[in-house]
Amino acid sequence: MRTTTPRPETRLPARRPSAPRPARPRRDTGRHLLLATVSAAWLVPLLWAVYTSLRPYGDTAAHGYFSWPREVSLANFTDAWSQSGMPHFFFNSLLITVPAVLGTLLFSAAVAFFVTRFDFRLNLALLMLFTAGNLLPAQVLITPLYRLYLLVPLPWWMSDSLLLYNSAWGIIAIHIAYQCGFCTFVLSNYMKTIPKEITEAALVDGAPVWRQFLQIVLPLCRPAFAALATLESIWIYNDFFWPLTLIETGDKRPVTSALANLQGAYFTNPNLIAAGALMTAVPTLLVYFALQRQFVSGLTLGSGKG
Amino acid sequence: MPPATSSPSRLGRGDRLFLALVVGVPLLALLALVWLPALASIALSFTTWDGIELSGIHGTGFENYTQILTNYPPFWPAVGHNVLWLLFTALLPTPFGVFLAYHLDHRIRFTRFYQTAIFLPMVLSLAVVGFIWEIIYDPDTGLLNSLLDAAGSSGHIDWLGDPDLNLWAVLVASAWRHTGYIMILYLAGLKSFDPSLKEAAALDGANGRQTFFRVVLPALKPVNVIIVVVTVMESLRAFDIVYVLGGGTGSKPGMELLSLLITDNIVGESGHIGYGSALAVLLLLVSLAAIGAFLVQTFRKEDA
Repeated sequence: MRTTTPRPETRLPARRPSAPRPARPRRDTGRHLLLATVSAAWLVPLLWAVYTSLRPYGDTAAHGYFSWPREVSLANFTDAWSQSGMPHFFFNSLLITVPAVLGTLLFSAAVAFFVTRFDFRLNLALLMLFTAGNLLPAQVLITPLYRLYLLVPLPWWMSDSLLLYNSAWGIIAIHIAYQCGFCTFVLSNYMKTIPKEITEAALVDGAPVWRQFLQIVLPLCRPAFAALATLESIWIYNDFFWPLTLIETGDKRPVTSALANLQGAYFTNPNLIAAGALMTAVPTLLVYFALQRQFVSGLTLGSGKG
Repeated sequence: MPPATSSPSRLGRGDRLFLALVVGVPLLALLALVWLPALASIALSFTTWDGIELSGIHGTGFENYTQILTNYPPFWPAVGHNVLWLLFTALLPTPFGVFLAYHLDHRIRFTRFYQTAIFLPMVLSLAVVGFIWEIIYDPDTGLLNSLLDAAGSSGHIDWLGDPDLNLWAVLVASAWRHTGYIMILYLAGLKSFDPSLKEAAALDGANGRQTFFRVVLPALKPVNVIIVVVTVMESLRAFDIVYVLGGGTGSKPGMELLSLLITDNIVGESGHIGYGSALAVLLLLVSLAAIGAFLVQTFRKEDA
């Protein structure tokens, strides 16, 4: 509190006494109007899908979609769940997304730790190599990657195709390799804000590097991990380019690419498809809401303080 | 005083082994799965290959490139659409996302609700986004035509089928996602901004807008660079939302994009690998311009 402008606050009882900012007139009505209008407009398409998914097909067929509902039920959700084998495809998604996100975070944290803490000459080149790799268009990689995956054998207990092709391992591997760049970039920016003295002190105490990494640096990076886990879960779970091109059998595909099959396999019932589509969004929504609090604060893209 | 960073000579053998392992594994994965295929694509672009037997690869020099540039009807429309995509995204959703982030950065109530509502389209999978916009754009039962009917204009518009309209319809859906993405990225940048700089500007009598344009925007250069790169890269490699809304069958008249043409040529039975790779390399060359600019801007300062 350097400023001496206590006048507005003496008249009104201060609601947030902890706020250490100069007093500012509260004229946020316009701002709320703007943000609320945009939010509402942004929610309309989603709410329309929810509305459609709650109505029975017979109702909308008779009265059109743009009508008041005669009947509202969750029948489409239960039908989509049981008819399309969704639990199986959800399991496929889980099998790919969880290891891929954890692997990406762990490896990129290690690389970021390395490039920010050790003065090796390769650091800048390494960081550029990882960051640039993430920006290459996926279509540029796909043909050679497909051939490569056909050449790499896997033991039977890892893949029933005996190859990296047509197996979840292949999808996990390419996600990790491809996504590490972005995470390394964000994490190295975040780690730069951790004072060097902290790890220096540990080094002087004789703590081995792996303990500095696991016990000092990783816990300090928790907000960045929360932000990256949110973004990476969304990207990896929602991606369907790699499964589409690197997985041959339909029933090994994750739920997002399997959903396209739902349309052809059953007669076209948009209400049922809307319900199925909305259900596939539940996992990413859960991750987003669980980690929302740290999401923005942990996303250090480059500090404005430098 | 010791140097600010640890020097490798002070590390024991266990430490070196640990570091070699945790950096070596992801580095190997990156080189083998990303950079090796990228280089192989460049090599394949100078060949003709049906994608079946490796012995069927025959070198053709620049044949694929001359073919694409002079004798491949969808190529120039696709380039035009990619450019249109970039201009649209750079002029509307990107500045709008920054604008929203600027307003969210003021300490107001309900900020988390606003953030969530606008970022939500980014959380949804593209399958969901595709279906959502299909039931909006459907010519017979869609929300948009129903609203137009209710408003009295007799519109039976095939939003996703009409080659003059469908790209714009997809761009609206894409902007719906992109705005929230840019908003969140920029908001993260604004939150990391040193508040004392803003206070200093306010004490000098600058209003909110002046402070933003004269103080915050120039100081947030690293974030600005990221926003520009994200916009350029998303526009160049735009794929999934067009793929879904185009019915999942590759490029459709009016919606040709470079990424879809590559997929047309190398995925499935068509087997024009050399041709598709040449298209991919053309996309890569344009992307490299963006990547290079980004790397120079971001890492120049540190190369001391």
